[in-house]
Amino acid sequence: QKVSVEVLEHLEHLALVDFRDAEGVERLQKAIQFADQLHEVNTDGVEPMDSVLEDRWCLYLREDDVTEGNCTKELLENAREKVEEYFVAPPG
Amino acid sequence: LAPWVPVVGLEIHAQISSNSKLFSGSQVQFAAPPNSLVSFFDASLPGTLPVLNRRCVEAAVMTGLALNCSINKKSLFDRKHYFYADLPAGYQITQQRVPIAVNGSLSYSLCIDNKMSQMVTKTVRIKQIQLEQDSGKSLHDDTRSQTLVDLNRAGVGLMEVVMEPDMCCGEEAAAAVRELQLILQTLGSSQAVMAEGQLRVDANVSVHHPGEPYGVRTEVKNINSIRFLVKAIDYEIQRQIEELENGGTILNETRAFDSKLGCTVPMRDKEGKQDYRFMPEPNLPPLILYDAKSLPTNMNHQQVINIDWIHERLPDLPSVKRKKLVEQYGILPEHSFTLLNEDGLAEFFESVVKQTQMKPKKVIGWILKDLLSYLKQHSLTVKESPVSSFLLADLLNLLEKKEISSTAAKQVLAELWKGEGKTPLEIVKEQKLELLQDQKELEQICQAVIDGHKNEVIMMVLG
Repeated sequence: QKVSVEVLEHLEHLALVDFRDAEGVERLQKAIQFADQLHEVNTDGVEPMDSVLEDRWCLYLREDDVTEGNCTKELLENAREKVEEYFVAPPG
Repeated sequence: LAPWVPVVGLEIHAQISSNSKLFSGSQVQFAAPPNSLVSFFDASLPGTLPVLNRRCVEAAVMTGLALNCSINKKSLFDRKHYFYADLPAGYQITQQRVPIAVNGSLSYSLCIDNKMSQMVTKTVRIKQIQLEQDSGKSLHDDTRSQTLVDLNRAGVGLMEVVMEPDMCCGEEAAAAVRELQLILQTLGSSQAVMAEGQLRVDANVSVHHPGEPYGVRTEVKNINSIRFLVKAIDYEIQRQIEELENGGTILNETRAFDSKLGCTVPMRDKEGKQDYRFMPEPNLPPLILYDAKSLPTNMNHQQVINIDWIHERLPDLPSVKRKKLVEQYGILPEHSFTLLNEDGLAEFFESVVKQTQMKPKKVIGWILKDLLSYLKQHSLTVKESPVSSFLLADLLNLLEKKEISSTAAKQVLAELWKGEGKTPLEIVKEQKLELLQDQKELEQICQAVIDGHKNEVIMMVLG
């Protein structure tokens, strides 16, 4: 099955990646083909699985205490650009 | 011209009232220095994981129960992907597949024709309530072509309440939102102050002819108050009707309400339909809730949330409080609405009733007409009232004992309003407002008046 130009542009836009050449498109098509093998499995009557641990994977509930934050300086060290303790991003 | 049926649904985001965020331990607070309430997880630094806050789950369960929902004993978390500067992870953790509560209802009341005396009760179905993360805040600096990002709000817990399109106009939507606000405030699950962004409402609006399928709907965002909610919805209904009557079509788009111009405008940045690529949140297992029957015996009970335990401890909801006020004090239903609509007014009323012999049915008039109008005129809350319940009760006692007239009482109240610390009795004496009780003295005064106006008396006797 061919991947159309519209689908390509849509995917590029969503994922912010660039399928610039035929090699990229070919790679993408092969990846989709590989993943499509999943459809060969019959899942009739089988509940989707969240984890192989099933019931043993318990969601931990945290108490409502303030234990983090107050590390503005540290966080802003990662920012390429900052303005008075705000992160800076492109417009819109 | 065939009639149009407007259809209005609402998506309401209420910030959960909690000390810390939904999935991290940073503080929840309005107006703090930028990026000071941000943990490594909130900033989406690699290697961090979400840890669910118990209080947020309880808030959602309480709200679901108050809105007559079925609580899902197993609910799931998902990722909703989109790119925006204030969403550092590139996705929001929400509950798209199985939310925590579904299929509820909310009853609200409306006045017909603006007359408080005719109230009608309506119901709107609650489709679901889901837990999700709030995003940070973007400040657009168009002059320097940049966006400043503050992540203090990123990760704060939200309850999204989805109301089915059972409403037909701005007024109904406003009444439903107002009632939801009161319920949330009574429960304490959200402070629901729209001005501080704790309650955000998006409206879905469409119109169609009776008997025909629903029309294309638009989503209206950026509505910052209940007043603007009415305006935005009614404007959008009119806009759609005019567009269709002129042979145009309605686009399935997102529009923003411009409060200055009083109209809705298409929002930029919403090209085409968004593909959120929902996927299960791989770092969180299902959220399991219990009730009295299914309570596990071998678990640490800090890890267990019991729906029935929460249900038993729900406070009286506004509708129940109103009923009790009407039954206990013999006031009219519409009075009970006004009492609950002003923060602290019901308590003030009950306090006055306790301290005076005047019947509640008479007291209510003083509360709703005299006190409330003073407060409104001076933009004061009940808590800020210079006239305390004690002083008002004192005044009403003088009136009840017939020591002063009703007119004099209003004069005294006006004086009390100045907040100079005088008691009603002191003001009465100062301004000589005591009612004459002496029969003889009264006769003398009447005779003097008759004597002074002999001609008028003759005219009256002759008819």
